[in-house]
Amino acid sequence: MALLSVRSLTRAPWWRNVTFELEASSHAVLRGPSGSGKTLLLRAIADLDPVDGGEVRLAGRLREEFTPAQWRRRVRYVHQGAVRLEGSVAENIAAISSLLGVPPEPAADLDPAADAKHLSGGEAQRLALQRALLGSPDVLLLDEVTAALDEPAARELEGRVRTYVAEGRAALWVSHDPSLARRLGALELHPW
Amino acid sequence: MVNGTVPLGFGDLGLAALLILGIALVDLVLRLGLARRILLATLRASLQLALLGWILTRVFQAEGPLAVLAVALVMGSLAGVEAVRRSSRVVRGIYASSVAVMLTSSFCVTAYGLCVVIDTPGPWYAPQYAIPLLGMILGNTLTGISLGLDSALEGFDRDREEVELYLAHGATRSQAAAPVVRRAARRGMIPILNSMIAVGVISIPGMMTGQILAGESPGQAARYQLFILFAIAGGVALGTLGAVYAVRRLVFDERDRLRTDRIRIRRS
Repeated sequence: MALLSVRSLTRAPWWRNVTFELEASSHAVLRGPSGSGKTLLLRAIADLDPVDGGEVRLAGRLREEFTPAQWRRRVRYVHQGAVRLEGSVAENIAAISSLLGVPPEPAADLDPAADAKHLSGGEAQRLALQRALLGSPDVLLLDEVTAALDEPAARELEGRVRTYVAEGRAALWVSHDPSLARRLGALELHPW
Repeated sequence: MVNGTVPLGFGDLGLAALLILGIALVDLVLRLGLARRILLATLRASLQLALLGWILTRVFQAEGPLAVLAVALVMGSLAGVEAVRRSSRVVRGIYASSVAVMLTSSFCVTAYGLCVVIDTPGPWYAPQYAIPLLGMILGNTLTGISLGLDSALEGFDRDREEVELYLAHGATRSQAAAPVVRRAARRGMIPILNSMIAVGVISIPGMMTGQILAGESPGQAARYQLFILFAIAGGVALGTLGAVYAVRRLVFDERDRLRTDRIRIRRS
């Protein structure tokens, strides 16, 4: 059974009847021209934006069988641009870990006392990924998370996601990097 | 002197209006460009208070609670609409919510004041107590509600990414909205708390002034003023919280999605 199943998802005028499946321990990369609604599709799968029709299932269970909070704890959307909360790196992580009721795990290579608003793009993205992995979601929806990173930083982040997904999870990426799918051995999706 | 008050005639009011004429002269000399506004403000204040005096005279003469209720409903509804008109952003359904919150908060606090605090000589809805008390509570609650509405709508609109970050990590709408709700509630309530801190030090409040002018002892006038301030603070707190939670209800949908597409920035 597919871990994430999307069937006939429609949000006019951006996309219609989007259908695909994502197996456990697999990646998929969503491709399409700028402004075609890739971010909107990720957000819709995370239940952050409404759709006109269609269904989304996690391990066979319809999204509507979960409360919104339950769904988003298991299907985690990571924002484009790494949103930072007020406070330090440690406080950013503590805000989410206390929300999820899990112990805070410090982000590797980041000073816990550093002001999150003053992190570089790469550091902020590492913080965002660290937060997103808290509570061990089943599916990661990664919205151009490597766009602002230099190549070594992008590879390092990819490596972390690859390790995480290999443990039975799945990741759906939006990326303009044409070689990402090949590197990850990922399915390329062109729903447009 | 009648009932401890020196009666004011139209001639006396004309003398008072000389002060406005003085403002107009300053405007003329300094070219402040306020002539239209001074004229409009003076005319509106005169007409509105004359109309209020005329209506209240009839309400005071009427027996039974219906006339009081009708005036209270009109005042509360207008205040609810005005609170939204002062906000820079609106969301679908906010007018009805604002009116409902305004009526509920001001009526509850007024009824508490009339039934529990003041032992009125006549019925509890006696218009000479109910309407001035309600009027003062409404005036201040209006400010609290409009600040709360504006701050909450601006917060959800401007801090959308922060709210959605919490939502995306599995927060419920109340958890995700908590920072915005707290900021908006504070903004709505701080003015009345500030005025309570300053009262009696910088100025003598209007109601206390009125009572002293009417012949009441300053001690009794101070107690009345304190009662009014507490009632206003209660009304403002209830109204602000009600408005902020109403905004929270309107900007989220049934799946706890933040719908900033429902928020519209009003053209100034």
